[in-house]
Amino acid sequence: MALDRRMLDELGIENVEELFSDIPGEVRIDDIPLPKGKSEIEVVRQVQAMLAENLTADVAPSFLGGGYYHHFIPSAVNTIISRSEFITSYTPYQAEISQGMLQSLFEYQSYIAELTAMDAANSSNYDWSTALGEAATMCHRILPKRTFLVPEAMSWDKRSVLKNYVSGAKLNVVEYSYDPFTGELDLDSVREKMTEDVCGIYAEVPNLFGIIDSQAPKLKQEFPNIPLVVGVNPLSLALVKPPGEYGADIVIGEGQPLGLPMNVGGPSLGIFACRMEHVRKMPGRLIGMTRDQDGRRAFCMTLQTREQHIRRSKATSNICTNEALLAVAVSAYLGMTGSKGLRSVARINLKKAAELMERVAEIDGYDSPVFSGAHFNEFVVKAPLRPEKLNKLLLRHGIIGGLPLQKHVPRLVDHMLLTATEMTSDDDVDRLVTALREVAQ
Amino acid sequence: MSYRQARYDEPLIFELKGENDFCLMSEDDVKIPEGMERTDLCLPDIPEMDVVRHYTNLSQMNFGVDNGMYPLGSCTMKYNPKYADKLSSLPTVASVHPCQDEDSIQGALRLMRELEKSLCAISYMDAVTLQPAAGAHGEFTGMLIAKAYHEDREDPRSEVIVPDSAHGTNPASAAMAGFTVIEIPSGPDGCVDLEALKAALSERTAAVMVTNPNTLGLFEKDITKLAEMVHSVGALLYYDGANLNAIMGMTAPGIMDFDIVHFNLHKTFATPHGGGGPGAGPVGVKQFLEPYLPVPRIVSEEGKYRLDYDRFDTIGKVRSMFGNFAVLVRAYSYILAQGGDGLKEVSQKAVLNSNYLKSKVVPTYEMPFAQLRKHEFVVSAKKLAKEKGVHATDIAKALLDRGFMSPTIYFPSLVEEALMIEPTESESKETLDRYAQALLDIANADPAEVKKAPISTSISRVDEVYAAKELILSWRMYQRKAGLK
Repeated sequence: MALDRRMLDELGIENVEELFSDIPGEVRIDDIPLPKGKSEIEVVRQVQAMLAENLTADVAPSFLGGGYYHHFIPSAVNTIISRSEFITSYTPYQAEISQGMLQSLFEYQSYIAELTAMDAANSSNYDWSTALGEAATMCHRILPKRTFLVPEAMSWDKRSVLKNYVSGAKLNVVEYSYDPFTGELDLDSVREKMTEDVCGIYAEVPNLFGIIDSQAPKLKQEFPNIPLVVGVNPLSLALVKPPGEYGADIVIGEGQPLGLPMNVGGPSLGIFACRMEHVRKMPGRLIGMTRDQDGRRAFCMTLQTREQHIRRSKATSNICTNEALLAVAVSAYLGMTGSKGLRSVARINLKKAAELMERVAEIDGYDSPVFSGAHFNEFVVKAPLRPEKLNKLLLRHGIIGGLPLQKHVPRLVDHMLLTATEMTSDDDVDRLVTALREVAQ
Repeated sequence: MSYRQARYDEPLIFELKGENDFCLMSEDDVKIPEGMERTDLCLPDIPEMDVVRHYTNLSQMNFGVDNGMYPLGSCTMKYNPKYADKLSSLPTVASVHPCQDEDSIQGALRLMRELEKSLCAISYMDAVTLQPAAGAHGEFTGMLIAKAYHEDREDPRSEVIVPDSAHGTNPASAAMAGFTVIEIPSGPDGCVDLEALKAALSERTAAVMVTNPNTLGLFEKDITKLAEMVHSVGALLYYDGANLNAIMGMTAPGIMDFDIVHFNLHKTFATPHGGGGPGAGPVGVKQFLEPYLPVPRIVSEEGKYRLDYDRFDTIGKVRSMFGNFAVLVRAYSYILAQGGDGLKEVSQKAVLNSNYLKSKVVPTYEMPFAQLRKHEFVVSAKKLAKEKGVHATDIAKALLDRGFMSPTIYFPSLVEEALMIEPTESESKETLDRYAQALLDIANADPAEVKKAPISTSISRVDEVYAAKELILSWRMYQRKAGLK
């Protein structure tokens, strides 16, 4: 990238260095200690070769889930989000020239509102865990108390992110436990932890154990004045009662199962929806329907006075860059599946997991499923050896094993989460069963 | 060049009708526990081709860097090389689960470790975390690190100082981490006012957040003195990397004695903005702050990479998994392609373009503060507003009619009728000349005509007040308002 001599001449300078004369000598550097640039051929070869050391779920049967899933993604999703006009645009500050992105994001908000049965959704948070952090501080804004109740059956990642997000508002995070037989939340434990100081309750459906928790709807019945946050796998909502129908104030979740690649964990998409009455306390960008000067339907960003670029230190959140393009991908995916297709994907997931559960139960040494609750697309198994070790052995069979749970719930020694999706073939299951049998011996 | 954007009356996808042809149909009967069944699901069922047409039409009513010059100040809307798109969507990225055994993700771990090292080399910092998902998220992470550091020294501190020219995310991030934010005014030269800083600094100060060059495009010339003052009260100096594109290879936050820095990979390192995201906001620190970085850390032992969670002083996690990995792949590829020499040239060209464009539009547009600028500059349309009633927002809309994205407007707020222009290194002299001409034409145009703009975009001026008043945020809210449901 050579400098354009004509511009230097017009500015009347000899050397571009003159434009840096305002940088004091004591902080100047001569160069960046990195190798010289490379051609496109070299870069593509080098990066491809490096990434080839990753094992993919396209090649190896995978039974790993726990928030990120190997799902089928119609090719058209990528076609749509690869449109230059979408991918190379910025946040749609100038609404008149950005209607395409604005309408797409409005449609995304609409899809999430339908799925969750909530009034409004923002146009994305970073991921599920950060959505949880923002939901907790939003509860504190709705009900200014300082204890946030969370399930013991929750991923370690989320707990750690939550702790950081509530540290500013100085909230205490208190855990309630689960029923050791059903794996569902233990309502008695919630009652025990309930105090005058609680600003919100968080529950997951399906929960960390893959269980469609039939106790969750009882939370609002029992504690009608405490804001209820429900975390979801949005795919399950094709079949499962949406949180909006059992009193949730805020619904969050991970959008990845809706047509997004796993991407080694990111980018993914934080879902965030709420009831209309709370919308002004919400974090993140909102797109509203409006009209132009000539009365035509139009879309623009709205309620920006909640946001950091206007409200600065008093904003509801610091979020600026979000996951907008992935929100468009989710809309495109849901556009293609529609109600019928989404229900069929969810059904297949549920059925495959049930089949896998039965097959694993037949193997000596494995307790499957550990919990009696109804499962969506994953379930807990107790293995005859440490799951981390088991996974290394499975890897030798070319199989990606399940998620070890002890790190997330310390009392679940030797427990792991096995997952099936529409990508899990009968052959995959046979291979896993054979390998599990072999490594148990 | 005349410009006309597509203008379709594209219905909402919820208003489309048709037959669903999704290919995974299964009528398997499954059992959902009683009371947990969903009774209705109202998503539109339409054929794939109609979905593709719908979004293709919508895309034609949008505008990106690939359409035309996009000089949004502080946003660094440079060209996004397409090899990065290709590499970031390889199956070896897309179909890899973050919780796979370390042995099966060696490529990903290696790429991340190499990217950390590259960012250290560019910034002259000692250690980097790639976990934050965006710039503001990096700021929040940096503030958590500052808090942990002071608490560890049993010297907890409650205040963070930011200049009034800072991005809104700075005060918002500091507040989210629990700090009281103190905003200090800029001096008469547009730089941090050292007297005001001195008055604000105390043993309560945890950190001072500085953007350098600042949002006016000015290099903080007293940076060495400023760093000394901040450190002399035991506070940390935070670098907002939004404007890093101006200084690569010329200076570096580490050399300027910053303790914490965030990078906006979606700005400086050419990853596309996707209509608002995803981005990535890695954070770099000096050695003494390395123990506080989020986990896991990637360590290499005997040529193998491993994840290390076992770190006593870590702040924990700021998002799930490792960060926005696919974005990291893009940035890594871009850095490889540019190399150290290329990145330095990027900054030189960005600064040259900015100063050249500035020279073309001043004095028609007024230039507050000193003349030399870095990668961006802020001019004021105050005179135009006063004499002709043409405001910054009118100029922005008139630029759209000419096929250009507008600058950032009304920011920073210390400049009246501000137009904040960042051309980036990607634009040629010819394009810069056209942009300058457009700005001059608008200044000379009939104000009544300018006020009518835009007329070439898919809609005319949008009614933001109506949007806030009606508050229609979803299809179901729309149906309710329209009496359809």
